[in-house]
Amino acid sequence: MSKLLIENVSRTFAGVRGGQPVRALMPIDLAVAANDFITILGPSGCGKSTLLRIVAGLEAPSEGRVLLDGKAVNRPGPDRGMVFQSYTLFPWLTVAENIAFGLRERGMAEKERDGIVASYVDLVGLKGFENHWPKQLSGGMQQRTAIARALANDPEILLLDEPFGALDNQTRGLMQELLLGIWERRKKTVLFVTHDIEEAIFMASRVIVMTARPGRIKSDVAVGLPHPRHYTLKTSPEFSALKARLTEDIRVEAMRTAQAA
Amino acid sequence: MRPLHPVPPGIRTVLGISFFVLFVAFWAWITLGGHVNRIFLADPLSMLRDGWRLLVEDRFWLDILITIWRVFGGFLLASVVAVPLGIAMGAWKPVEAFLEPFVSFARYLPASAFIPLLILWAGIGELEKLLVIFVGSVFQIILIIAVKVGSTRRDLVEAAYTLGSTNNGIVSRVIMPANAPEIAETLRLVLGWAWTYVIVAELIGSSSGIGYMIINSQSRLATGQIIFGIIVIGLIGLLSDFAFKAFNRWLFPWSLA
Repeated sequence: MSKLLIENVSRTFAGVRGGQPVRALMPIDLAVAANDFITILGPSGCGKSTLLRIVAGLEAPSEGRVLLDGKAVNRPGPDRGMVFQSYTLFPWLTVAENIAFGLRERGMAEKERDGIVASYVDLVGLKGFENHWPKQLSGGMQQRTAIARALANDPEILLLDEPFGALDNQTRGLMQELLLGIWERRKKTVLFVTHDIEEAIFMASRVIVMTARPGRIKSDVAVGLPHPRHYTLKTSPEFSALKARLTEDIRVEAMRTAQAA
Repeated sequence: MRPLHPVPPGIRTVLGISFFVLFVAFWAWITLGGHVNRIFLADPLSMLRDGWRLLVEDRFWLDILITIWRVFGGFLLASVVAVPLGIAMGAWKPVEAFLEPFVSFARYLPASAFIPLLILWAGIGELEKLLVIFVGSVFQIILIIAVKVGSTRRDLVEAAYTLGSTNNGIVSRVIMPANAPEIAETLRLVLGWAWTYVIVAELIGSSSGIGYMIINSQSRLATGQIIFGIIVIGLIGLLSDFAFKAFNRWLFPWSLA
């Protein structure tokens, strides 16, 4: 049975000032197996973030429904952890308190929280920074904390909306390895939205390519590259072949977006 | 000069102080130099002399204390009512729709115009003074806080929802801490305005306080005393502002500092 089922989900935004309604997403069907790492790749404005927000329950679909473990999603909840592109750490809480936030909301005792927090601080390599405020951290460290915060809640599925989009290239590469390493060890169902082709291939066991707006699924590409993956994989012939194919797919869509604009 | 270019701290202090010096020098020049009639404006030296006499002989420090108590009493009263209301209006839109039009209207009612009414209702005792400051501050605080709370970062709220927060959890553990420094800054700002209201309240139907001393001195043409009273208000305002700022910085190290 699939962990996550997206059934016929579409989204239309009401027209502004009596204008035509805008279709952001064509009806989408997608089944995600448990412990799969899926990247959703598409040009900007294709509705991939909207799709992710619908899965998170932050937006409602115009039609269709989302099922997690067979249960319909209609509001955000701790079973779907999310990491945003913008830095969303709570600035009034330290790194450790940020990671503990979800556990505290659940009413877990402080003693029990501390152990879990320490293990996730360790997992994302932030030992020694537990008592720092978010404003004292670099962008990469903030996103590592955000990943730890989402994972500490032990969600059924982890949703990431271009989490490394605001980071510089080198940091982004390191963050990809970090997240992939965590996934390889801990196994988790992951839905990862990105517009970066290399990132989409490197992270995923399956890449979903979306079309320009209104978004729909253009292709569904299995990535058979072996785990554990090392960054040198990005220069291998198999990787390059996949990259060439996806580049072609996405280029057509990017051009359509450019012409529509 | 390069626009927006920062000035070194040492020079900043010197520049700040030098305007005070210039200001007093100009004042001394027009008064001591005989350019204005001393009946209308006392010179700095007689102002200091009058001030000293006020403090030592007329027990003016008691007036100062009573004015400070009125400002803080009225301000505290207004804060206790306004902060929860402002947060409620910012957080829950139906509450805002219900209260915002009235509060916006009430904000423009001048506190000083209420003094005759407040004297009828509460007499000329302390309660009336507190109420003038209350009326002058409460609506301002409510509105400013409501606006700040209403513009809470939506991505933080969304993040909290995905971490399992309930609606009440969002209000008490995201909206309130996120806006706490802004709320404290708002209170600091309004406390400054409260000083204006207290003097107005003391000008009418009062027998103590800095404002009372000022109106009393007017009938005796004691401009030195009036100016001394005004400067005392300025100094206390400056001090309380510094203290408030330092307190906020200590309370919210994650935001300011």
